[in-house]
Amino acid sequence: MSLKRKDLVSIASLTLDEITLILDTADSFKEVSGREIKKVPALRGKTVVNLFFEPSTRTRTSFELAAKRLSADVINFSPSSSSVVKGETLLDTARNIEAMQADIIVLRHPDAGAAETLANGVKSSVINAGDGWHEHPTQALLDLFTMREKKLNFKGLRVAIVGDIAHSRVARSNIFGLSKLGAEIRAVGPPTMIPVHLDRLGVRVYYDLDEALRGVDVIMMLRLQLERQGRALFPSIREYSRLYGLTAERVRLAEAGALVMHPGPVNRGVEMAPEVADSFSSVILDQVANGVAVRMGILYLLSGAN
Amino acid sequence: MRILIKGGHVIDPGRLNGPADVLIENGKIVAVGQKLDPPAGKADPSTTIIDARGKLVLPGLVDLHVHLREPGFEYKDTIQTGTAAAVAGGFTSVCCMPNTSPVNDNQSITEFILEQARLAGNAHVFPVGAITKGSEGKELAEIGELRHAGCVAISDDGQPVMNSLIMRRAMEYALAFDLPVIDHCEDLHLSEGGCMNEGLVSTQLGLPGIPSAAEDVMVARNLALAELTTARLHLAHLSTAGSVRMVRAAKSRGIRVTAEVCPHHFSLTEEAVRGFNTHAKINPPLRTWQDVQAIKEGLRDGTIDVIATDHAPHAVQDKQQQFAAAPNGIVGLETALPLTLALVEEGFLSLEAAVAKLTTEPARAFGLSKGSLAPGADADVVVVDPEAQWEVDPARFRSKSRNTPFAGWKVKGRVITTIVAGRVVHDAA
Repeated sequence: MSLKRKDLVSIASLTLDEITLILDTADSFKEVSGREIKKVPALRGKTVVNLFFEPSTRTRTSFELAAKRLSADVINFSPSSSSVVKGETLLDTARNIEAMQADIIVLRHPDAGAAETLANGVKSSVINAGDGWHEHPTQALLDLFTMREKKLNFKGLRVAIVGDIAHSRVARSNIFGLSKLGAEIRAVGPPTMIPVHLDRLGVRVYYDLDEALRGVDVIMMLRLQLERQGRALFPSIREYSRLYGLTAERVRLAEAGALVMHPGPVNRGVEMAPEVADSFSSVILDQVANGVAVRMGILYLLSGAN
Repeated sequence: MRILIKGGHVIDPGRLNGPADVLIENGKIVAVGQKLDPPAGKADPSTTIIDARGKLVLPGLVDLHVHLREPGFEYKDTIQTGTAAAVAGGFTSVCCMPNTSPVNDNQSITEFILEQARLAGNAHVFPVGAITKGSEGKELAEIGELRHAGCVAISDDGQPVMNSLIMRRAMEYALAFDLPVIDHCEDLHLSEGGCMNEGLVSTQLGLPGIPSAAEDVMVARNLALAELTTARLHLAHLSTAGSVRMVRAAKSRGIRVTAEVCPHHFSLTEEAVRGFNTHAKINPPLRTWQDVQAIKEGLRDGTIDVIATDHAPHAVQDKQQQFAAAPNGIVGLETALPLTLALVEEGFLSLEAAVAKLTTEPARAFGLSKGSLAPGADADVVVVDPEAQWEVDPARFRSKSRNTPFAGWKVKGRVITTIVAGRVVHDAA
């Protein structure tokens, strides 16, 4: 099996079968990371370029490890300091990389749509590693992988996504994925952080965290972008934390055995109490581990190396 | 130098709507009527005969809102290429916005524009001067001097005057010259960072949205200031149902206001942005189906006086970027007429009303002696084949730029001949 597409730019554009194929492929790669020799030759001779226009540690590292475990050659390229300053456009930067025979470009960019624009402009495969507030498809796929691993089934699974939905690519990708898979999605946050017409995407909107958490199977916390204070989205970190921070008490409102997720990095004591992040319910580190397997699966499927 | 346009269907809004010949001499309309052929045997070989059978013969179209990009951005368009696009689209008069570099906030720039227009020899160009120096919204530009140099209105265009006191003073001051004050209605705080309509599509694409309210609150402010000052207010490119509603109410109360809409705002919705299509990136943004309906209703009942293009050329490299980085704007001069005629086809406007919104109404809004075929008027005439179907092909545009969301559209109604001051400046026959 292989993905019959050149790029992975969004969850919205994936079919249910494609999502399942990616998760199944990731499953078969997960075992590789547990071996003593964590390497398979699937992408030997292929070149993967991490093109990151925004700072990122975990996503870039995760892609780098995934590519290396598949035996690809990897280079990391952070143009923020060089070509952007010189006025080079995104497309020109990418075409230069393509000219060096890159097979797959992994793009992180602050603007929504950057990955799609790039995918339309180059022959290399493009993987979206986060574009503005739009999508972060590999994050959502690793989240879905983790949910499937722990909960087995998405039908009727109740998932609460908590925080700044409007400015979150993680939330968008998860909403698109979970709704395709048949989960029940709740979005929770102050009205300033809920984008318009969210209900029309099949999401139930809550402003009250306690009410939203009742009976859910998964609690997905979003990172509060602290720099957004002063943009009138919330009055203070103190008040945000009181109203929308996840405490051990609040976790008890959910179904027994509910998962607590976070895309990281966690603002401990802001959106999540430290004891929750470190609790038995928390699968935050499983998400990180699964991220490598999921990205191996995606790289493998896009490289057509089957 | 005589031109006789024979056998066409003349629409001179409010004056004539029927078969007639049009006789032009020395750059002026001499007569409009039946059988203007010279008597047999007296045929003058210097008379050019244009056979307009099956065609519409209209006053040259008047566009109150174009960006000719010169001086400063000649790589996008020049006064030469922009006016060539105008006449190809049937426009014989265009009003160019002051957001050039430098800004048209003084006599020298206005004179430069008029001189370039004269050298180009295509359409008549009527410059619009800035409201404030450098369009910075701080100090009034020398509006009297701009008027004297030939500006027909004032506007800070895409940099709307946010300070309501400055706007009030500008409107008061303009009264001395009875000069229309144009506002691009946008509350820059509400729209900050936005690059498309705030709605379902922006939520799905994760693009920062611009709410309708960003336009509505400024329309409301401007109407209040127009009432206070009694100035002539002209509202540029309205895009929301709320704007149409407020202008309708203001007009019924006798406030002096005219309003324009652009073809893209009644032909497209926010859906056109899907796929991060930068050719659909425009400010004000493409809105929803409900807004489009309200605009059409406003055109039908006369709330909206004018159809203008907001012709805003951008080079390929400007638009070939990620959505947020691409500039706003659509070229419109070469597609406006068929898109307007589509409203006739849909039954929203009579043919005469549609023509009026491109001729007599814009001329009236800015006090231009244009848009009419009355004897003695400048011979600005356009001959249109209303049945001709064609496909929009940006490669054939006269404008230097190709940024249109209408590429590939099958449209109806084609400009055959454009005459400016008695001279054929475009001939596709």
